[in-house]
Order: sequence, then C-alpha cells, then structure tokens
Amino acid sequence: MQEFHAKGVEVVAISVDSNADSRKLCQTQGYTYPFLSDPQAEVIRRYGVLHPGAGMDGHDIARPAEFLVDRTGTIRWANLTEDVRVRARPENALKAVDSLTSAAGS
Amino acid sequence: MKRSWNALVWIGFGVALFAGLSYYLFFIRFPETRDVPWANLLLFFVAGWLLAVGVRRAYRQPERYRGKISGVILGALSVLLFGLFCYGNFVLARQLPSASDALRPGQPAPGFTLADANGKTIALSELLNKNRAVLLIFYRGYW
Repeated sequence: MQEFHAKGVEVVAISVDSNADSRKLCQTQGYTYPFLSDPQAEVIRRYGVLHPGAGMDGHDIARPAEFLVDRTGTIRWANLTEDVRVRARPENALKAVDSLTSAAGS
Repeated sequence: MKRSWNALVWIGFGVALFAGLSYYLFFIRFPETRDVPWANLLLFFVAGWLLAVGVRRAYRQPERYRGKISGVILGALSVLLFGLFCYGNFVLARQLPSASDALRPGQPAPGFTLADANGKTIALSELLNKNRAVLLIFYRGYW
C-alpha cells in the first residue's frame, strides 16, 4: 500500500458489503485503505462490473476488477479477472501507475 | 480367519474429504495454492490411490479383508467429491459476465459518492483532486 501512496495514488475498495461487514473484513485482514459500500451495486453497474445473482441468496455483486483513474477522471488502466479465484497482484497496478506518470509527465 | 476391516478405503475417503475441505478452509488463503489448487489435486490423487489399493485388496483377498461394498461406495463418493471440487474450481469460478461490459481505458470514470466502513462519505472527485491517480478495486463482497 505504501508503494501506491508514494506514487501519489489513493486506493479504495468497493463492494456491495455493508459498512459493518467491511469494517469486520478490514479488522480481520488488516487492510488500511478505505472500503466503500455500494449496497445497491449502483457504482458497480456504472463501471460495468456487475455479476448478477452471483452472491449468496442470489444478490448482485461485483466481479473482481481494478480501474486506475487519472486526475482528469479518465480510466487509464482496467484489469478484470477471468477466474474469480485469481486476483490481480499489486505489481500489475503499480506498473500501470508508472506508465501513467511517464506518459503524462504529471 | 477373522476378516479385518479395510483401513485403506476409509483412510482414502478421509483424505478425499480433507482434500476438498482444506482448500476452502486453508489453501485458499495463499495465492500459490489458490490460483491452481495443486495441493488439493495431489491430495485427491493420494486418496484415489489408497482407495484403489484398498478395494483391490477386498476383492483379491476377501478372506482377509472386508470392504467390497463399502469400498466401492466410498470410492464412488470420493469420485463425486473430486468431481464437485473440479466443477467448482474450474467451471463455476470462470463463469463471469462478459468482460466487454466493463469500462475501458480512455473512457471517463463515472463519479460517485459512497460511504466508507466508518460511515464517512468519500467522493471520487475529492480523491482525484487530492491525488495523482486513484485505484478502484472492485471485489465480490459477501465474505
């Protein structure tokens, strides 16, 4: 996480989990970045990463995905997994951040 | 001669059970054993071997070992467990909606304002003002 902050990147996680559930997750896993709650999956829908009915009880949830957004609000890098079990390793996101800054020079 | 119970079949079944459960209880926490469940596939292989030897013994030496019927049943159950494990990991896990729905690089990122785990509201626009970039991590939720 420090590596992202050192490069001036804020990291936030989004899911349909309620704030209470996210708090528990952060505490047990020791995550230090903000976990945002999108219980109706509205933001998830806007980013096109909805996984309809895949949660328990058939709830809509998100498929694992990462988006890197620059200061102009444009998506510069997107990563979706083909397999729910495989998560992106931070190295890929970090590389994307580096190419971002070398291109824009900001 | 007293027929002894066929330990191998029962142990084999136990290993198969363990092979399936341990993935979700333990191995899933480490990317090395989660992304490709080789540890569990190995355990299933060991279970299969034990069951095969055990059932063979029951049929070749019925005067020494029990387990002709129980061996076959346990063997079938283990195959079922293995099948379910493979289905869950190699089929279900890949059933994701088409990736073409997702936004792509070059597209504007939809703004939003959401509450964090402590109830504080966070807006994307705020984050973009304060930082060079923002990494959004969408995850499944429902842990």
